[in-house]
Amino acid sequence: MPLIKHGRFAADLWTVYADDAPLQPDIPAVVSLARFLAQRAALTASALDLGVRLEPGEHPQALAEALDRLALVQLHFPSFTDGRAYSYARLLRQRYRYRGEVRAVGHVLRDQYLFMARAGFDAFETPPGETAQKWRQAVRAVGPAYQPAADDRRPVWAERRTHPERAPSQ
Amino acid sequence: MALQVLTANRLRDGAVVYLSPDGSWVERVAAARAESAPEAVARLEAAGRAAVVAREVVEPYPIAVEQGEDGRLIPVRYRERIRAEGPSIRLQCDEEAA
Amino acid sequence: MYRYDAFDAAFVRQRTEQFRDQVARRLSGELTEEEFKPLRLMNGLYLQLHAYMLRVAIPYGTLDSRQLRKLAHIARTYDKGYGHFTTRQNIQFNWPALVDVPSILEELAEVEMHAIQTSGNCIRNVTADHYAGAVAGEVEDPRIWAEIIRQWSSLHPEFSFLPRKFKIAVTGTTHDRAAVKLHDIGLVLTRDAAGAVGFQVLVGGGQGRTPMVAKTLRDFLPKERLLSYLEAILRTYNLLGRRDNKYKARIKILVHEVGIEEVRRLVEAEWEAIGRETSLDLPEAERARIAAHFAPPDLTPRPAEPPALVEALATHRPFRHWLRSNVKPHRTPGYAVVDVSLKPIGGAPGDMTDAQMEALADLADRHSLGEIRVSHAQNLVLPHVAREDLPALHRGLAAAGLATGNNRLVSDIIACPGLDYCALANARSIPIAQRISERFADLDRQADIGPLEIKISGCINACGHHHVGHIGLLGVDRKGEEAYQITLGGRADENAAIGRIVGPAFDADGAVAAVETIVETYLEERLGPDESFLAAVERLGLAPFKARLYPDKRAA
Repeated sequence: MPLIKHGRFAADLWTVYADDAPLQPDIPAVVSLARFLAQRAALTASALDLGVRLEPGEHPQALAEALDRLALVQLHFPSFTDGRAYSYARLLRQRYRYRGEVRAVGHVLRDQYLFMARAGFDAFETPPGETAQKWRQAVRAVGPAYQPAADDRRPVWAERRTHPERAPSQ
Repeated sequence: MALQVLTANRLRDGAVVYLSPDGSWVERVAAARAESAPEAVARLEAAGRAAVVAREVVEPYPIAVEQGEDGRLIPVRYRERIRAEGPSIRLQCDEEAA
Repeated sequence: MYRYDAFDAAFVRQRTEQFRDQVARRLSGELTEEEFKPLRLMNGLYLQLHAYMLRVAIPYGTLDSRQLRKLAHIARTYDKGYGHFTTRQNIQFNWPALVDVPSILEELAEVEMHAIQTSGNCIRNVTADHYAGAVAGEVEDPRIWAEIIRQWSSLHPEFSFLPRKFKIAVTGTTHDRAAVKLHDIGLVLTRDAAGAVGFQVLVGGGQGRTPMVAKTLRDFLPKERLLSYLEAILRTYNLLGRRDNKYKARIKILVHEVGIEEVRRLVEAEWEAIGRETSLDLPEAERARIAAHFAPPDLTPRPAEPPALVEALATHRPFRHWLRSNVKPHRTPGYAVVDVSLKPIGGAPGDMTDAQMEALADLADRHSLGEIRVSHAQNLVLPHVAREDLPALHRGLAAAGLATGNNRLVSDIIACPGLDYCALANARSIPIAQRISERFADLDRQADIGPLEIKISGCINACGHHHVGHIGLLGVDRKGEEAYQITLGGRADENAAIGRIVGPAFDADGAVAAVETIVETYLEERLGPDESFLAAVERLGLAPFKARLYPDKRAA
């Protein structure tokens, strides 16, 4: 799966481990929430780069105290129709002030990038054949944002007041 | 097996269509290709899947038909009759045009 | 009414271009139907029984004449010359080609309209009282808040893939015409003891296969905190709403399963946390900017009984019927709110031709400041008509076939498209409505029967609101035949109630006859003309109706 991070293709240095697979030294490791919680002391004491993968139903509150130690949180979309991860991404960014990578994995489609980017995702496992240019087009497809979210877009109601000239020309 | 034809909606405009004997999609159920042998119905369904891939139609499925007194094909279920013949109600615009 | 600024216009244009690209990708094969379906649904495009169907949003049911003319143009140019107004204040076109839809959306954008979020598992078009801003007794115009919600919910990054669709309705008066208790969230504008304006917040109402009346989540929410509170409800629902079964995915099921107290605790906790993190609530200046668009029109009081009206009343019977049932008091003396019936005797409820749309647009310009409303009962409204104009307006409406004087009477039937159009339906709705309407064609008889709301759905999804009809008819498939189950005593107002089933379903002929039997029973049993059908049903219960409908069964 091609990985797009901050709008550019990036090498994926992470390995997702099954719960019973031994972790290899020096390879950045993504583990399930269950494994992370079960082996938390050992994992956080290790020198490994650590990431956790959350499934729908796994609220990021479970990680709240450990986020400083995590370089990556993967939010899994088993199906693009399950929208819980949008809430998780916003909670990670806005409630738990997480600054690491929030990556969308699983059933990730181009027409969701805009929603995902606004909700706080900064990395995307994209379908085969995706290009960085198409990714950027999709994220910019609709410019004005009516509500504040986890990205840096100012909502329309704020722009109206302070920067009316920024309204996109037709 | 009862007599079956394959129906779908055309991708570009959504029109109700039926697979005809020459493999084209036609708007009249009476011009559809009807089959009763299970393997022949399976071939209709395979042709439908191919037409989906070819972006001609969406959501193909077989329906049961019977032959009316004049030999014309008529869908068995009332849902499919309405689909074949259009809304059963007189439309205001038809009334005005009349 | 609200007018787009450059940001709103750019938003809709860019969304239209995005859909044009999506359609092109579908036609080129880049998108499969499975991938395209949710995208087209989020732009209101369905694939129905005969064709595609495009549902165009009419936010909170407010239209101007320019927009109605554009709808007429679309009906004529891209469709078969008519449109269908729905129970959610929207309009549906039944025959557009997929390849034309981007152009239709572009034409809609020219008049500040769109089809965004008229379908899909997202926050749908927000509805409001169709008399908003025209009647006395409003705390505030609910459309101000409906517009604020419309903007906030548009392409919401967190709430576009909810467990299921989500409907919000707002009313500004205690007498509810917007069926707020039958929505996922109902908002009732109210004042607290100190006179501050806020909302009573209701949650978990809905129809479909598990009809439920909404419960009160909060007695008073200060109005300036609305958006953060909505965000807290939606997040709670997005995280906890069921996703394992689409029939149990609406918020009403969450409320039912965990209880209103627990939902309240979760929402309040979420709201408190959100309040610490971000400022979602609009600043006063932006609220004032939006509210200014809904400032009441500057109307000078006019004579209440002008001579032209008195004369027409004395000499013209259809005018008398129409005045009695379709003309309602306006907040300004000498003005009226006029219901425009889309229920001609024997017609398809809610259907309107392109010519009728243009005729009504002209009449709105002449008599109602160019403003038109859509009601959830599938009628239109001219909200600001001088009483002295009523005779001329009536003549104009009559010429266009829009002057049936049957508002809220037995022939003012709500009906979903049913099996004549809808891919989900089990039975036809429109022909049943037409036959009932023809049985009761005589307006004198209708007036004698009094207020009686018949509502017909062609399947359990209940788009025809049968659960809350005074008489409800639900189409079912009974061993390959269309059949109709009848309920009595439902209502959609501030005392909302779900109707009760009278007994086994009838075939189409039997259902039409049954409605007549029910009405006859009412006329025989009522205490007098002042006791409405609904009041009689509430007093009598189902027994006398059952006894007449199923004489062989001896009231069980």
